[in-house]
Amino acid sequence: MSKNISINVHHITRVEGHGDIVVDVKNGEIVKCEWHVVEAPRFFEAMLRGRPYYEASHITSRICGICATGHATASLRATERALGVEVSEQTELLRKLVFHGEIIDSHVLHVYMLVAPDFFGVGSVLPLAASHPEVVKRALRIKKLAGDLCAMVSGRHTHPIAMTVGGFTHLPTEGELKAMRERLVDARADMDETIALLSTLPWPDFERETEYVSLQKDDEYAFIDGRIVTSDGFTYDLDDYRRVTNEYCVPQSTAKWTKHNRESYMVGALARFNNNYDWLHPRAQDAAEKLGMKPLVTNPFLNTAAQAVEMVHCVEDSIRIIDELLARGIKEEPLYEFQGKGGEGVGSCDVPRGILFHNYIIDDDGLIQGANCIIPTNQNHANLQHDMEALLPQILDKPQEEIRLTLEMLVRAYDPCISCSTHLLNVRFK
Amino acid sequence: MAEKPKVAFFDFACCEGCQLTVIDTLQDHLELVEAVEIVQFREAMSEKGEDYQIAFIEGSCTRPQDEERLKKIRERAALVVALGACAHTGGINALKNLQPSLQEVRRYVYGDCWEWYDTYPARPISAVIEVDAFIPGCPIDRGEFLRVVKDLLLGKKPSIPDYPLCVECKLKENVCIFDRGGTCLGPITRAGCGAICPTYGDGCEGCRGPIPHPNENAMKDVLAEHGLTAEQLMAKMTMFNAYYH
Repeated sequence: MSKNISINVHHITRVEGHGDIVVDVKNGEIVKCEWHVVEAPRFFEAMLRGRPYYEASHITSRICGICATGHATASLRATERALGVEVSEQTELLRKLVFHGEIIDSHVLHVYMLVAPDFFGVGSVLPLAASHPEVVKRALRIKKLAGDLCAMVSGRHTHPIAMTVGGFTHLPTEGELKAMRERLVDARADMDETIALLSTLPWPDFERETEYVSLQKDDEYAFIDGRIVTSDGFTYDLDDYRRVTNEYCVPQSTAKWTKHNRESYMVGALARFNNNYDWLHPRAQDAAEKLGMKPLVTNPFLNTAAQAVEMVHCVEDSIRIIDELLARGIKEEPLYEFQGKGGEGVGSCDVPRGILFHNYIIDDDGLIQGANCIIPTNQNHANLQHDMEALLPQILDKPQEEIRLTLEMLVRAYDPCISCSTHLLNVRFK
Repeated sequence: MAEKPKVAFFDFACCEGCQLTVIDTLQDHLELVEAVEIVQFREAMSEKGEDYQIAFIEGSCTRPQDEERLKKIRERAALVVALGACAHTGGINALKNLQPSLQEVRRYVYGDCWEWYDTYPARPISAVIEVDAFIPGCPIDRGEFLRVVKDLLLGKKPSIPDYPLCVECKLKENVCIFDRGGTCLGPITRAGCGAICPTYGDGCEGCRGPIPHPNENAMKDVLAEHGLTAEQLMAKMTMFNAYYH
């Protein structure tokens, strides 16, 4: 085959942030196949230095408009572990609840508005409003529910207000919780329809096993705290996160890359699904069965399907959490006061796009002296690059447009959040 | 009927939370989607039209190449709107400007490969191009976004409150954050968000920028009454307004 292909997607669309795909094939030989991150770096770790500890969660939620709650939660856990702050069960429950809201919000945005247009052959969700109004209306209903759930707990989804070190500065009323519970129960129908829709989509046929990294807990599907586990059998305490991430710089990216046991690893919904399937709510396991998924799933395109499974789980677990909160009754609790003693702490959450680490050093004046944040999308860049290298030779005989679309779809499947990782997608075929 | 105005969205250094807020707002106001033609919105659509009248810009200018892109947008658009704090005041991005040296900032975050990551002090877009209107806040307020867009479509200059946040907070009958033992920038910060942070128990962080003529004496009285200093207040103000520091 003597084929020349030049693909250069500059600033790929329907992703959060700026990234490029560059492919160059000469006489049927792949000369270049690269994933570039071209986001303007923002230097959050440096911004935090010298700021008081209680500002950290508000500053770092601004890393990302989509996973603002996830950043705030990881930030608060890092601060709390640095300062030795214990949080109440009520705070833990409310944090899990608002976190579920964010997972649903982010996943529904990705599944319906960023990925679905590819399968319907359109450029955005807008034409779908005319051709498939029921699909778009359902997406908007779920999105609104998720946003309202977040707002009920923390004031707004982007950027949360009431979440603070040691607890909450505002609490939802029992009336609000009850009304939200009803809406969550009603959302089951939309979840069923979502799974039914996804089970009809022709996912590209591609398998590449990699190492899957996520949080894990003994008693629940882990999103906040726990230990770090990998599908290659490694387990680490949160404090040892650097032994997993091993960050390094690559010239094609404004984001740092990571690797662990293999040349790359994957984080996100698919990694959590593979590692923590046993803790999914039975309804979510049913949903997975309908999608033909059971660990180990090694097709990265199915990350989107795993997100849908997690949406089902989060709706069910939110109902459970609200029941528990209502049974306990909502109580005003005293807020944490600084004790004049600093320290170092690591906080970790498995946010919509995967495992996230915040690590702070706080001095005895309560000022942040050092900070490190490792964002999920960055941990996926190397894996995405290796997937791309494995996928391209399998589709080289297709027309250039189809190659471009398939590569874009691969990038979108990772749901990269490049503004976090600093920004993402353009395919440049050179 | 006249042709629908063409609208485009652009982002520079930011979290894209304001564009997400736009998406969330539009889903409840589909009549607005009908009233315009969105030709570019990278976060939500593949199409990239370069023919537009109104440009909404989110994010700060932090690199030389940003200036070039901003100027191109300015040339094409009849109206440029700064969307959110990063574009309006430099926002949270300008926090890095407070660090002693940007070279050190780059070394701190990127270690040995710091030279690959170009940056200079973060600036509001008005430092580079002329801006016709702004929507303040981190993130923007949904209601205010709707009001501004409607004003622009009617050919009016959008009106943004120039009175302090305390006005809205009082109307909400919130207990004053100072009386609850906290610190709040409400007395000197531009209203328009419905005092959402104090309503949820947190002091105003000044994300909407200062009002044009703050009553400094009244602010000093409030601080004195609660044993706080102007320095403490100004330190808090730098979170979103470090560019002006």
